[in-house]
Amino acid sequence: MTTGYNFAYLNEQTKRMIRRALLKAVAIPGYQVPFASREMPMPYGWGTGGVQVTASILTPGDTLKVIDQGADDTTNAVSIRKFFVRTAGVATTEETEKASIIQTRHRVPEASLREDQILVYQVPIPEPLRFLEPRETETRKMHALEEYGIMHVKLYEDIARHGHIATAYAYPAKVNGRYVFDPSPIPKFDNPKLDDCAALQLFGAGREKRIYAVPPYTKVTSLDFEDHPFSVQKWEEPCALCGSTTTYLDEIILDDKGKRMFVCSDTDHCRKAQEKAA
Amino acid sequence: MRTILKIRNLAKQFRLHLQGGVRIPVFDDLHLELAEGEALAVTGPSGKGKSSLLKIIYGTYKAGQGEILVRHDDSWVDLAQAEPRQVLEARRRTIGYVTQFLRVIPRVPTLDIVSEPLLERGIAPELARERAALLLERLNIPERLWSLSPMTFSGGEQQRVNIARGFAAHYPILLLDEPTASLDQENKARVLKMIDEARDQGSAIIGIFHDASDRKAVCTREFDLTRAA
Amino acid sequence: MTKPLLVAENISKYYDGRVACEKVNFELWPGEVLAIVGESGSGKTTLLKCLSMQIAPNAGRVLYSLRDGRTESLSDLSEAERRFLMRTDWGFVHQDPREGLRMGVSAGANVGERLMAVGERHYGRIRSTALDWLNRVEIAGDRIDESPRNYSGGMRQRLQIARNLVTAPRLVFMDEPTGGLDVSVQARLLDLLRGLVRTLGLSVVIVTHDLAVARLLSTRILVMQQGKVIETGLTDQVLEDPQAPYTQLLVSSVLQV
Repeated sequence: MTTGYNFAYLNEQTKRMIRRALLKAVAIPGYQVPFASREMPMPYGWGTGGVQVTASILTPGDTLKVIDQGADDTTNAVSIRKFFVRTAGVATTEETEKASIIQTRHRVPEASLREDQILVYQVPIPEPLRFLEPRETETRKMHALEEYGIMHVKLYEDIARHGHIATAYAYPAKVNGRYVFDPSPIPKFDNPKLDDCAALQLFGAGREKRIYAVPPYTKVTSLDFEDHPFSVQKWEEPCALCGSTTTYLDEIILDDKGKRMFVCSDTDHCRKAQEKAA
Repeated sequence: MRTILKIRNLAKQFRLHLQGGVRIPVFDDLHLELAEGEALAVTGPSGKGKSSLLKIIYGTYKAGQGEILVRHDDSWVDLAQAEPRQVLEARRRTIGYVTQFLRVIPRVPTLDIVSEPLLERGIAPELARERAALLLERLNIPERLWSLSPMTFSGGEQQRVNIARGFAAHYPILLLDEPTASLDQENKARVLKMIDEARDQGSAIIGIFHDASDRKAVCTREFDLTRAA
Repeated sequence: MTKPLLVAENISKYYDGRVACEKVNFELWPGEVLAIVGESGSGKTTLLKCLSMQIAPNAGRVLYSLRDGRTESLSDLSEAERRFLMRTDWGFVHQDPREGLRMGVSAGANVGERLMAVGERHYGRIRSTALDWLNRVEIAGDRIDESPRNYSGGMRQRLQIARNLVTAPRLVFMDEPTGGLDVSVQARLLDLLRGLVRTLGLSVVIVTHDLAVARLLSTRILVMQQGKVIETGLTDQVLEDPQAPYTQLLVSSVLQV
């Protein structure tokens, strides 16, 4: 651990400010709470929102796991993990089961989470209504008055154009029957995992200065039409490494001739499945 | 027959503000009563206000003073004082008006123009069109013209379309402004017959007829504006 | 119905002490089409915005008879109620259809939006209602998935009308709805509007500087000059027997063809 930094980089006043925002976010599930996002020693788009949330809830006894697209070994995940090792000296792990805090970009772990775990999402654009209504003043009013018809306009356009709801990630959902929110750019495959989840789920958007939350065991309903119900992606083949048929698969191009394979995007889950099989 | 229209103390003058506020009197203290089944011919030299009288009764011109009492749904309404929506209601079901000139939206087919008064009364479109077709046929408008706008029709054709429209629905009071003016003998005879039929059915008619013989043919009474005013 | 749908009471609006409209009073009854006429700057658009709650008047109030029979002052309604009213019981047709349409989504979605806003969640039903409405405003059904950007001015205006009428509103505000259109397209739109007004029993407040439009569409006219209503009455009466000097000037200034 490098000395000279306050624990987990942020000063205590800032953490307190962010915790207050987090408490409000937990109290109003799905509501976007503004917060005074700080400049972090990494560029926007690298998870500055998630890092600030993690820094504010981290304690010396925590075990941290960081994933990017389901993998622990990608640049973004490695950088953030190292950042907290240097500034907080906390233990880290690649195993979902052993982590108390998991910061993620673009995925929800395959293993089901527990009550003593917190999942922190990095969010680029927290406002799901922005697609059709660019004015922030107007979208806030729409949230306040629960005017969500325009979300379905987006889904309608999908069906009109593609014959089915083609939105595959950042799929909008309603939290606790009230606020429509953007679950961050996770694949819609992961949306059902947010529903009734035992772990606390926190969302931080650094550039946009917004925090929101889904408390444990909260209803999260993906938007859809009666005659075009919400459904998740399916693959025709199992994971080429572990043989799983129930996980989210990444397509990997193997050569210039178009040879490809499908493997689990959650590397930890895939490795465990392989070990178990062996 | 019951009285259906009572005009009392009617006065009208135009004030032309753009011409130094000059006042043009039309009539003063005009009285008139009309019963069901009567056909009244308004007479007098031009410029004496024959058309103005019809327009005042219909509400197109504002009455200066006096009362215009119309029996509408078995109660008397003073159209000189009525709210616009009451006047419109009277126009929908009680007073019909065949003007001298046809005024329509460009591009609307003749058949639709004639059906409109029936549609306004809530009659089903097919039924309204059937009735309109019958009238157009009777007034010698060739069927190939029905789907066209009457804006390009000849003067006589336009007038017959106008008459068809005026007679499409039954009105207890019918105002006719020179309905036979630009018609040939054959069509004129048809129109006069239609007026007679309407009167037989109990309509009260007030008309302006340029031609004395037409007047004699359909009217039961004359009303001379030179003497009335 | 035996009471007015909308009552304007002493509506006044000032900008920096300058009168935009002052002490406007009128009643609008169900099924009436009221034209507000006057030249540019006479305050007619300001009045329309006050009536439709887009701007707040400095004085006066607008009473509206809600579907449940209650009559409420619009300024007493909560914002949620007001916005709900606007997208269900009211329509607003802008002169420039780009202001009233979502240009980024298809025609079908434009028509369907209000349905989705009031909770319709069946794609098939939304689509068939949208098709029905496109048909009613004379837009070919096979153009349902096109963006209004591909549409001509007249088609956009008809699409805007369909988008507004899909929830069967009782009151529609129109601001120069034929203003930006070619004369031939205007006639078609006027005919369409007349038919819709009659079959749907709509009440309409329409702002126009074009007396011919007022004549063809409206049953009543309100003439405005310098923010004040100077004459009101039946449309044909105001146009054929205008009383006020200004109205006489206005009527005599219309070009004849």
